[in-house]
Amino acid sequence: MFDFLSNYDDPSLLGAFWVTVQLTVFSAVGSLIWGTLLAAMRVSPVPLMRGFGTAYVNIVRNIPLTVIIVFTSLGLADIFGVTMGAPDNFETKYFRLAVLGLVAYTAAFVCEAIRSGINTVPVGQAEAARALGLSFSQVLRLVVLPQAFRSVIGPLANVLIALTKNTTVAATIGVAEAALLMKEMIENEAQTLLIGAVFAFGFVVLTLPTGLFLNWLSKRLAVKR
Amino acid sequence: MTSVLYDAPGPKAKRRNLILSVVFFVLLALLLWWVWTVLDDKGQLEWSLWKPFTTSDAWTTYLLPGLADTLKAAGLAMVIALPLGAVLGIARLSDHRWVRVPAGAVVEFFRAIPVLLLMLFANEFFARSTDVSSADRPLYAVVTGLVLYNASVLAEVVRAGILALPKGQSEAAQAIGLRKSQTMGSILLPQAVTVMLPAIVSQLVVIVKDTALGGVMLGFTELLNSRGTLAANYANVIPSFIVVAVIFIVLNFILTSFASWLEARLRRSKRSTGAVLGADDVDDLNAGEVGGTLGTGAEK
Amino acid sequence: MKLRKVTAASAAVFALALTATACGGGDSGDSGSSSGGGDKIKIGIKYDQPGLGLKEPDGSFSGFDVDVATYVAKELGYEPNQIEWVETKSADRENALSRGDVKLIAATYSITDERKEKVDFAGPYLLAHQDLLVAADSDISEATDLNDKKLCSVTGSTSAQNVKEDFAPDAQLSQRGGYSECLSALQNGQVDALTTDDSILAGYAAQDQYKGKFKLAGLKLSNENYGVGVKKGDTETVNKVNDALEKMVSDGSWQKAVEENFGPANYKNEPAPKIGQIVQ
Repeated sequence: MFDFLSNYDDPSLLGAFWVTVQLTVFSAVGSLIWGTLLAAMRVSPVPLMRGFGTAYVNIVRNIPLTVIIVFTSLGLADIFGVTMGAPDNFETKYFRLAVLGLVAYTAAFVCEAIRSGINTVPVGQAEAARALGLSFSQVLRLVVLPQAFRSVIGPLANVLIALTKNTTVAATIGVAEAALLMKEMIENEAQTLLIGAVFAFGFVVLTLPTGLFLNWLSKRLAVKR
Repeated sequence: MTSVLYDAPGPKAKRRNLILSVVFFVLLALLLWWVWTVLDDKGQLEWSLWKPFTTSDAWTTYLLPGLADTLKAAGLAMVIALPLGAVLGIARLSDHRWVRVPAGAVVEFFRAIPVLLLMLFANEFFARSTDVSSADRPLYAVVTGLVLYNASVLAEVVRAGILALPKGQSEAAQAIGLRKSQTMGSILLPQAVTVMLPAIVSQLVVIVKDTALGGVMLGFTELLNSRGTLAANYANVIPSFIVVAVIFIVLNFILTSFASWLEARLRRSKRSTGAVLGADDVDDLNAGEVGGTLGTGAEK
Repeated sequence: MKLRKVTAASAAVFALALTATACGGGDSGDSGSSSGGGDKIKIGIKYDQPGLGLKEPDGSFSGFDVDVATYVAKELGYEPNQIEWVETKSADRENALSRGDVKLIAATYSITDERKEKVDFAGPYLLAHQDLLVAADSDISEATDLNDKKLCSVTGSTSAQNVKEDFAPDAQLSQRGGYSECLSALQNGQVDALTTDDSILAGYAAQDQYKGKFKLAGLKLSNENYGVGVKKGDTETVNKVNDALEKMVSDGSWQKAVEENFGPANYKNEPAPKIGQIVQ
């Protein structure tokens, strides 16, 4: 019943899911950084930055991810000539473009999670920091954000699980991850359901443990108040 | 606007903020100007590519029917997923193990599978076990996939909302002799839903966006799918994507604006009966869960 | 008080939604079951491939697959206004037939051994080859100079897999969601060629917006035998469709349809294939 799986070795089933994992990890790191910056902008003293942060989050969140990912290839790569440092290696180029698109999209959600984390930090903390004479960036970096992060591990875990599943959209610009292999198999084998089940199982294997681990971690690290 | 994170700006800080604003503005303007010129260079601003969107055919043949399908699927999915999510969320908090555990399993399972695959399985289920006509089946499958996934996420939102309520609420309810179902139905759930409204709305936005997955494999003629047909006719790929993106932004903007209005209304009425959570608590919670649950908004 | 109103309202909405869907199901359930009765025939096509199957701005359908299907349907006793066109995505073709959603599928459906296990094929009605679409001034003419080129095709498609596995494993391959996206990349010089079946390429090259900008390289990189998909075991329909296809070739309608749909762009069609003769 599963014989057909052995016909695929470049990439194999595991290889394709490995690309999914790579996409997830790179995008997670990128969106954590960019999302934190966005959150900092949204609470910053500069009105224009606040405005930009708000506009960015509200626009990006409301566009289907497929559209954003396609834009990285049709817009950034084709029109603006962005090559991500790999003009002659499509595999690298589109992988990086996909990561860029996933970061741009996921960062909006990370930003909102962190902003809410900032809200959970007691007012006294920031006031005490300001009383010590710390500047805005110092207050944020040294006092508020470290506490905020600990309280939003749960929400961030949800973002990560969603990101893992969202990497399947990278198939639309030809990144050879799990969803693309699934498309190839469906095209060749004419047994859509069985193939769908195999890949659904793969995603359960990836996302369930992540969710359970991070839930445990968030309970452990929660700031007890 | 003052914030607890920084002092009210004095003359020096005001000047610095102004300079930062100007620099930021100039950078942003330069970027936009560059985008515009490159688009122009590459001929993407040519009128022939955009002209189709001023003709009625483009709208009546492709975009409007697509939009109608998107709205139909999203609307049905919302109406079914909301109560189902509430039920699942409450079931996870049940005192009975045999209710709590299965509900938890259902929620965790459906959250872990990409929505696209849920739709695929639903489609096959309807084909084999029901006599839904083939014309309606994509809609049924899309709605089912969206409901299974989003009800699971909404269940978590509702659960978090109920757990966040002060313990005194349920204790007081018990003290005046309410049954468990009454406590849940008339004390806890209404408050939890009000508190969690922003998070719930974000999930509704996810439902609207995820309808776009119906066109990938099932041939559900929603907006993004219709865009492909349109672009094949007019050979205007990039403009068509931009137009569809704008439609989605406007659609979701209307949805979120409606929700803020509703929230403001509910808040106001709350005040008269005595708000349970302080305004600050509510904001914390809302924002927290917005990020969290929004994130689970999977595209696939 | 408040809550009761809210719950009542949501219950009402819920009930409404249920009845609405139930009604919808009931209505179309009837029309669905009557498809075998003889007044309508459902045929699966592509909606987004110029020259083969395309939904036009006025809501009508055009293309070679559409013409073939219309002719076949006529021979089976259905007038054009009795045809109900259904969009069948590549991934859903086998299932659409086995479930009985559509009676026939004419949607660039290549006859392969794997597919023959799931569905029966009438035809083939067109022999296509994987080919390249290149800029009008391009000098690509041999399959051998593909390895240092940049190619574009549709994600997961057979053509894309052929490139990777067979004739240009070292070429840079960009896989995209649709051919329109590939054409955009070709137009902007991001790729050197778009590769898939020559019939599909010819359809795009013949579009007004692209006329004169692209040409077919004329390489025969593979053989794609387009067949009409029929439900597994429905030999009667297969035979009828085969007869219709034979007649279409012999009375000249076939050649006319080819010329109308694939017209310009250096497309030299193969002669009409013999029924049942699959070119490997």
